Amino acid sequence: MSDRGVIAVEGFNPPIPERRSEPMPSVAGSVTGLVNGFFEWFGSLGIFSWQVFKAAVTPPYEWRELIRQLDEVGSKSFPLVALAGAAIGVIISLEARYSLTRFGAKSMFPATLVYSVIQVMGPIITGLIVCGRVGAGMGAELASMKVSEQIDAIEASAINPYRLLAATRILACILMLPLLTLAADASGLLTGWFAQSLVEPLSFHQFIASGFKGATFNAFLPQTFKTAVYGLIIGLIACFQGMRTQGGAEGVGRAATNSVVLGSLFLILADVVLVKLILVVFP
Amino acid sequence: MAIAYDIAMKEAEPELDGSAPVVVAEDLRKTFGSHNVLNGINLSVNRGETLAVLGRSGTGKSVLLRLIIGLETPDSGSIRIHGQNIVGLALDRMGEIRKKMGFLFQHAALYDSLTVAENVAFPLVHHRKDMSGSERGERVKQLLAEVGMEGNLAKMPSDISGGMQKRVGLARALALEPEILLLDEPTAGLDPISSGEIDDLILKLQRERQMASIVVTHDLHSARTIANSLALLDQGNVVIEGTFEDLQESGIGFVKEFLKQS
Repeated sequence: MSDRGVIAVEGFNPPIPERRSEPMPSVAGSVTGLVNGFFEWFGSLGIFSWQVFKAAVTPPYEWRELIRQLDEVGSKSFPLVALAGAAIGVIISLEARYSLTRFGAKSMFPATLVYSVIQVMGPIITGLIVCGRVGAGMGAELASMKVSEQIDAIEASAINPYRLLAATRILACILMLPLLTLAADASGLLTGWFAQSLVEPLSFHQFIASGFKGATFNAFLPQTFKTAVYGLIIGLIACFQGMRTQGGAEGVGRAATNSVVLGSLFLILADVVLVKLILVVFP
Repeated sequence: MAIAYDIAMKEAEPELDGSAPVVVAEDLRKTFGSHNVLNGINLSVNRGETLAVLGRSGTGKSVLLRLIIGLETPDSGSIRIHGQNIVGLALDRMGEIRKKMGFLFQHAALYDSLTVAENVAFPLVHHRKDMSGSERGERVKQLLAEVGMEGNLAKMPSDISGGMQKRVGLARALALEPEILLLDEPTAGLDPISSGEIDDLILKLQRERQMASIVVTHDLHSARTIANSLALLDQGNVVIEGTFEDLQESGIGFVKEFLKQS
């Protein structure tokens, strides 16, 4: 054994590579990179949003593609959203009945269920379900089109891809989210009432009359229509991530994942702002 | 003021002289990061002429086509289509220029959610609103017959071979009756028989339609068959431009090596 820790073979002395002292990336460098990436992403999103807005408000309008996307986002998400709403209705019913009975406020059950489903759970659950289904689908579809040059082919055919692909999808999300939220709310109220009536018979008419007693439109409509903003976020993030994809299958996967993760994150953050805004504007 | 406006309009007006080159690229430069892809390319193509751009992989041949159709923007230089500089044109104005161009992508880039017939009809649906559904259907059939794909209207792109996809891509590129045809590696990845068929098809279309064509390829045999002139690219520069015989007679080392290896 040589002093260099290498088994010595006679006549064979391989050169030992010198240890390179590669500089470790400094903390300041990493932070600068992160900050640059952050601003680059938001800058690109801003430019993308402007391009989509310009394309959306100028003719020709892509009615046929918009209708296809309304179907894709709306009717194809309906069963999933209705099922999620139904599950939420049952969960709230079980939890609320238990808590209200403990505090001797059982008569408040219909109102608790109605307010919980329509004001809180219905909109956010619908947003998250649609973000998972539609956001991932859109992100992956557009990313796949991008890496296989189909988006370039659209542009080369003198068709504005922002108008045909992005504007139609985003608009479909904006229009469909409030409708899907209504479906989730209706489904939740129905199953919530059903779960309650299995334990303690209560007519649906009584349940609705008691639940909505003293309620105004201001209590429910802003909460439902705020989901149009969720739709904007879901569509915009998914189209942006899809249409800026680079790299093959890995890029497509990354676009789909980022569409869902970032879409969900921004949706929840937007909800914080929207809830406060609604409380201020519609007291 | 009015005179100044007139002069400005005349400067912006495209040349309408029939003998003028249809596509002119001047001092075209493009860099990706630190990599210089094109270092001042000059070329021109006339009506009815086919220019083959040859070179090793990664020498910027496809980038050149993407610059001409406006999918990329050059760092400097100009690209004139019928005399009008397209560099920096807004998307909608560029769209008007693109209607005069047909582009065959290297991997055909067919829309995978549409059938063969829908792919070919796609530009017609968006730009020929005057056409009725039956007229459009007839035109699609005619275009697919021209490229020998008339029996595959209802098939999906995933159900046909690479050579057939290129034929469909070619039919789609011809849908708006372009004056300029840009072909990116039309025979790449095809067997010799399919390559020969595609070459024959391009020659036939050239004879019938008299388009100005630019073909990017590293298939020297194909380039020799379909092109009037050839331009050999190396490290972002045109090393030589001329006929195949000019290339054969050239004393430039790279040209000799390229011809020898091809």
